[in-house]
Amino acid sequence: MTATGPGTTSGHRGLLFEEPLIFESGTEGRSGVDLPDPPAVADRLGGLRRRTALGWPGLSEPQVIRHFTRLSQKNYAIDAGLYPLGSCTMKHNPRLNEKLARLPGFADIHPLQPVSTVQGALALIDTLARWLKALTNMPAVAMSPAAGAHGELCGLMAIRAAQDARAAPRRKVLVPDSAHGTNPATAAMCGYTVEAVPLNARGRVDLAALRRALDGDTAAFMLTNPNTCGLFEDEILEQAAAIHDAGAFFYCDGANFNALVGRVRPGDLGIDCMHINLHKTFSTPHGGGGPGSGPVTLSAALAPFAPVPYVVHDANGFRLVETAGDAAAGLAPLGRLKGFHGQMGMFVRALAFMMSHGADGLLQASSDAVLNANYVLARLADRMSLPYDGPCMHEVLFDDAFLKDTGVTTLDFAKAMIDEGFHPMTMYFPLVVHGAFLIEPTESESKEGLDVFVATMRSLAERARSGDAAPFLAAPQFAPRRRLDETRAARQPVLRWRRSNHPGEAA
Amino acid sequence: MRYLPHTPADRRAMLAAIGVPSVDSLYRDVPASVPQKPRFDLPDHQSELAVERALTALAEKNVAAGAVPSFLGAGAYRHHVPAAVDHLIQRGEFLTSYTPYQPEVSQGTLQYLYEFQTLVADLFGMEIANASMYDGATATAEAALMARRVTRRNRIVLSGGLHPQYRDVTTTSFKHLEASVVALPPDPSGGERAVDAIDGETACVVVQYPDMFGRIADLTALASACHAKGALLVVAVSEVVALGLIEPPGAMGADIVAAEGRSLGNALNFGGPYLGLFATRERFVRQMPGRVVGETVDVDGRRGWVLTLSTREQHIRREKATSNICTNSGLCALAFTIHAALLGADGLARLAALNHAHAVRLAERLARIAGVRVVTEAFFNEFTVVLPKPAVPVVEALAARGVLGGVPLARLYPEVPSFADRLLVAATETNTEADMDRFAALLAEVLQ
Ligand SMILES: Cc1ncc(COP(=O)(O)O)c(C=O)c1O
Repeated sequence: MTATGPGTTSGHRGLLFEEPLIFESGTEGRSGVDLPDPPAVADRLGGLRRRTALGWPGLSEPQVIRHFTRLSQKNYAIDAGLYPLGSCTMKHNPRLNEKLARLPGFADIHPLQPVSTVQGALALIDTLARWLKALTNMPAVAMSPAAGAHGELCGLMAIRAAQDARAAPRRKVLVPDSAHGTNPATAAMCGYTVEAVPLNARGRVDLAALRRALDGDTAAFMLTNPNTCGLFEDEILEQAAAIHDAGAFFYCDGANFNALVGRVRPGDLGIDCMHINLHKTFSTPHGGGGPGSGPVTLSAALAPFAPVPYVVHDANGFRLVETAGDAAAGLAPLGRLKGFHGQMGMFVRALAFMMSHGADGLLQASSDAVLNANYVLARLADRMSLPYDGPCMHEVLFDDAFLKDTGVTTLDFAKAMIDEGFHPMTMYFPLVVHGAFLIEPTESESKEGLDVFVATMRSLAERARSGDAAPFLAAPQFAPRRRLDETRAARQPVLRWRRSNHPGEAA
Repeated sequence: MRYLPHTPADRRAMLAAIGVPSVDSLYRDVPASVPQKPRFDLPDHQSELAVERALTALAEKNVAAGAVPSFLGAGAYRHHVPAAVDHLIQRGEFLTSYTPYQPEVSQGTLQYLYEFQTLVADLFGMEIANASMYDGATATAEAALMARRVTRRNRIVLSGGLHPQYRDVTTTSFKHLEASVVALPPDPSGGERAVDAIDGETACVVVQYPDMFGRIADLTALASACHAKGALLVVAVSEVVALGLIEPPGAMGADIVAAEGRSLGNALNFGGPYLGLFATRERFVRQMPGRVVGETVDVDGRRGWVLTLSTREQHIRREKATSNICTNSGLCALAFTIHAALLGADGLARLAALNHAHAVRLAERLARIAGVRVVTEAFFNEFTVVLPKPAVPVVEALAARGVLGGVPLARLYPEVPSFADRLLVAATETNTEADMDRFAALLAEVLQ
């Protein structure tokens, strides 16, 4: 089949459905929900009854089911195949976790019920915190951040609070050139200026440059370890010593914790603070963009500044400290970062994942993740180009040197992978290498699956090198859409449906 | 281990292909002095059945709100979610996909986000909306940050009717920026004069609608006063179902609406994950935080969707980005979209009318109890009552009798002693007449 293949009357092609927007198929006066007539009362709306028309479309339940079923069929997903998006840890999402998160005792509890009625929920948060502290060998963890970036904010705010409390405010945060964009963005939200630290020729932070950049105004160094080139920072202990000598804190972006779980504890590396993406390492589903959960482990020096709320245990059982005024003497919470108490639904899933694996299974999982990435490295090294030598950790980074003079870019290559039935890797990140291919297979992939993947990548690389650029430039051909015009989308933004967007087209 | 595909033979073959004797040798970059594979004081792997048993036992230690008459709100309202919603969001193609970075194989996610953006903008009477934030509280903080960028002014005024957690999240977000946040004192009586707090340095006034105490009030005059002084009006909404029945903030002059959208499609979840909604005017789009989906065409001219305007975002702009947000609340946005599609305009209006009618009837019942006063005049599905006794022990006593009877304001405002006898009570479509009778009877009993 090609995208310009024979036309059909309906516009559909077999199982490939063209699906209109709900606004185009809905009809006024229809609803997919039956609700009783409200009891007659004199309203108490203070004259504010809605006069402005609401444009939501009317659909029946079967129409809604069909619409979203058809939309779902236009998505790639882990459930469908290999999703080697580096830095994102697209591992299998166990269905037990979904089932447990939906138990009424977790899903149907109100955040402000009397604490006597939610002792099981608070025990679960406390248990998950215990696992996280053990796996990181760090003494405290703040549970409320909603995602990785939010955890970064929590960690940097704790650092800032600790330094301000010593009456020694500092204004600068160092990040490596290879850092994820959230790192500098977060530092700016905490009022810090950001200074970049270069990498050395081995893809690690240049220790001499780091030492030069560290001064009495440096609040923290933010490192991802393993770093975003997929490499373990082999001078991390020297980095930690230099950071601490300068009176700064060592922040670790824990997005890549999947390489280390059960084997190396970040607390043993001199790290003061690390966020953990439960939606990466601990398998809570990414849901097409979220929700996530980003607990932050803290050293003893930072723990007193953890935000509210947090769970404490006393003679009456578990209790929540919800306001700074309620904090015990000696604690100075940095404030509040989120409504209510954090991502409970994600906590249940992450704990189920940890309990299912156990300490032994978590070590096996991180070992398999690293094994898989190194297997991909070994099988592709002679066909693609490696900017830095291995071994890698849980992801492997290639650059586009092998595509030099082929007329094929990393983007074109990625689109050709789509035609081969794979989700592309992360592309053009990290920024430190040209045309990055960041491949993270995770522990969920079988050897057979990886063998098909590497065979495909090898043959694509060979085809590109043989001068056959055309199929790359035309790719994807076998996806629900071919290449989309992103420039047009940004130049003339159309961010919502309006009847007038498509004159004559609307129902 | 049931989630790990490799057999020992697979691992051996792969190590041979790599050319190393063991996985341990792949970790040779870890400094030798760092302990590897430490012993943990944690259990080993367990069967599905064992994990299910252990976590079910924890779940059963909680009182599910649906198992008893429940009247809690304060930013989290219990609604009935149609069965179709949870079925659809568990389709693996939605559940197990990432952010739609490769649009050709993510049209499902992109199309529903575009529908979501349209539904949200329309609900609030605004022009555009983003693809979601973490929750209502963080969306409110982001709205205030955006107002600061738009106006290049550094003074933020928070109404005393703003949810105290939204207030605290906003205050925390501004802690290290050169800006001042003025939080007006909470005033359930409705006497606040936010207009008087606006000056020539004010970036925005943030007001909640319906407010923390359940009140609804016309915001038109406040919007005009903001605009006259060059400030923006930010409206926070913690109960979106209200918009099925009351005027949308956009019709009253709001510049940014930040809301908690969990009421549609999503469970209470003990407070998370929730769904931040963010809507604004088209002219402010380049200062908006978060992801946004736009329409375009593919090379064959067929309509499709992509993530767009990413030059605002952290992965392009780094320290100059409008926000650090990356992962948002995508799947919660899908649940919202499906629930909204099921309801339609008529369904939402009916749902809202039902909520209001139940709240009115509950208020009538409670007002008849000796010593109890309902102090909120105009409200949607939540109102404040004054009790003749401190509310915290009353709520505990009700819970012991099997009713979750509202949220004591003292829990949210421990610093305001005069709130000790105030109780915030909500009613939704999920409360039956019998529930309300039981609540009223037990409250009368507990107050005796
Ligand atoms: C290295 C790194 N840091 C930070 C983040 C941000 O995490 P989140 O998306 O959970 O906010 C990501 C996620 O994409 C990442 O890969």
